[in-house]
Amino acid sequence: MTRRITTSGSISRRRLLATAGAGAALAASPFRINLLQAQEANIKIGFPVPLTGPYGAEAQDQVRAAQLAIAQFNDGGGLNGRKAELVVRDDKLNAGEAATRSLELVEQEKVNFVVGSLSAAVQLAINNVTKERGIIFNSISQSDAINEAKDFSKYTFHEALNPHMTAGAVGRYAFPKFGKKVAFLTADYAYGTEMLRGFLEAGKAFNIENLGDVRHPIGATDFSTLLPRLQSLKPDILCICNFGRDQQIALKQATDFGIKKTTQIIAPLLSHASRVAAGPQAFDGVIGGCSFYWGLEDKFASTKAFNAAFSKMYDGKLPTDYGALGYGGVRTVLEAVKTAGSVDTDKVIVALEALKYDDYKGPQYYRKCDHQSVQSVLVIKSKSKDMKNESDVFEIIGTEEPNEANLRSCEELGHKA
Amino acid sequence: MTGLSFDLIALQLFAGLALGAIYVLFAIGLSLIFGMLTVVNFAHGAFYMVGAYVGLYILMLGGNFWVCLIAVPLVVGLFGVVVERFLIRPLYGRGIDYPLLLTFGLSYVMVELVRIAFGKSGYPFDTPEILQGAVDIGVGYFPLYRLFVIGATAVVLLALWLFLEKTSFGLIIRAGARDPQIVRVLGVNVAQVWLIVFGIGTAIAGFAGLLAAPLQGVIPEMGGTILAEAFVVTVVGGMGSIGGAVLAGLLVGVVVSMTSLFAPEMAKVSIFALMAVVLIVRPQGFFGRAGLMS
Repeated sequence: MTRRITTSGSISRRRLLATAGAGAALAASPFRINLLQAQEANIKIGFPVPLTGPYGAEAQDQVRAAQLAIAQFNDGGGLNGRKAELVVRDDKLNAGEAATRSLELVEQEKVNFVVGSLSAAVQLAINNVTKERGIIFNSISQSDAINEAKDFSKYTFHEALNPHMTAGAVGRYAFPKFGKKVAFLTADYAYGTEMLRGFLEAGKAFNIENLGDVRHPIGATDFSTLLPRLQSLKPDILCICNFGRDQQIALKQATDFGIKKTTQIIAPLLSHASRVAAGPQAFDGVIGGCSFYWGLEDKFASTKAFNAAFSKMYDGKLPTDYGALGYGGVRTVLEAVKTAGSVDTDKVIVALEALKYDDYKGPQYYRKCDHQSVQSVLVIKSKSKDMKNESDVFEIIGTEEPNEANLRSCEELGHKA
Repeated sequence: MTGLSFDLIALQLFAGLALGAIYVLFAIGLSLIFGMLTVVNFAHGAFYMVGAYVGLYILMLGGNFWVCLIAVPLVVGLFGVVVERFLIRPLYGRGIDYPLLLTFGLSYVMVELVRIAFGKSGYPFDTPEILQGAVDIGVGYFPLYRLFVIGATAVVLLALWLFLEKTSFGLIIRAGARDPQIVRVLGVNVAQVWLIVFGIGTAIAGFAGLLAAPLQGVIPEMGGTILAEAFVVTVVGGMGSIGGAVLAGLLVGVVVSMTSLFAPEMAKVSIFALMAVVLIVRPQGFFGRAGLMS
């Protein structure tokens, strides 16, 4: 009995050791594979954009061009062979949805970086999540608030223009040319008032006379009751400070009311998708700003290369303004990863801050205090004739070269110098 | 802001009446269907949107705006007839919320189908060349196309009034709205009457969408905003009263216009404030029959 027990005991002890050993080996090996995978896994870039909703067309352009930046990085060998990958999420143009999706990107998808958004308000919601989790976020949508000390963090970068730069450039172009009597039609929300402020600040230098600012609720479909008032003010210039469908309808109806006969209409930002959706008639002769137009290829080799690569990837199509931002936003982050030689957040931040790049629209760099991309602003005019192709909708009539003087100063934004 | 002149106020009043005429056109199909069938057609905005897209399609095929004016109401009305026959008819006699929920769901389906067929982004819809530009109406310039829309609304209203009040078929429709059972006993095919009323209501919705297209372009979501406005006009005028819808539509237009002049950011809210005030004073609306909803 005793012997048997001992024997069986010893066998079982031996078995136990064997099992334990095998178990340990088994446990160790996948663990080691996991570790290796963690090092070799794709560099993931989360990309929340409003695929559904009124800016769906622009958001799709953002995704397409961002995919090009990913493909170029991977074709170029990645980070020592490590590939990048875009993880797209639909933020539905809703701040709450964007916060949820961003959290999911960080927590579940374990993305290394976040690039994206297409709304002044939604980007702040994404920024709140990423700065709390210590993830780099490169915003590709206009906002003034994101530069301000209140919303800024060292993880926050802003590849897009802001309303201050855009409205400023358009104002500095238009005020000396068309006259000092200026009226405004402004969408009654943060982005509308940011653009209005940009125009007014630029106007100070030209002593413009503000004849009046008519506010309309966002999502308005009829401007017929606002236009007679604006017309009676007899302005030299009418600034229409709104975006997307509001802008399309406002321009269409202003054209119907004959405002263009006596008044130059300007807008801070003219988007390619809006111009295509509203047609040449409504936008004819309207002057506005933008960050990118494919026609820059006559001036910059980087634009030419970007257009050609995009066109090759997408059946001869040319990139749009928002598409270019998607490209620039992802490409700069990946460039910084390459220079840093790592995906470590702090190292990439240092690399981004030091980056001097010319990827698609001429020279750019991120300003140290607020990580705003200092870049050129194009002043464009909508065309209705002599169009060379379906993307030939604007004419570049002016360029404001990259200059920190055109940004609000770091002190003004609340950053310590 | 300074510069409140008599001309500006007169022009503003006119702009309000013109906008009111557009509201009347948006609401009239909804009001007709509710008044005669007690069906609250939540797909009204979707039929309106389909009207604009049918117009767009006809233009793409090489037709012109004048062809659209005839063809769009026919196509959308026919579509309305199919919807009534196969989807709404089985729900008669089941309470007001059944067709309401059905049409609500249907509107989502319609919008999504249009997104699939035509894409999510909008299309331009140019004003017909002959109606472009603004004309002097004495107190200022006003777009010619908007004057045309007012005229078209008047024609639709006149035709509808003549049809309902002066024809024997109109008599049957009105009788059917009052007491379908007696009309049925008298040997009238009430189902067929309702089919035609629904067809006419949706045809007017499609017509309104076509007329709105040159004002604001065409996108799949364009029916959403007008549905709210059409409901306000219908409720203020009295559910089911066509005369009430006309009066309410013009009133809403003038209220929006005058609010726009003095406090433009309040213009959108003013519509609902007006509705609240009217409903407190007269819960059935201007010319509504009390108890139609019960």
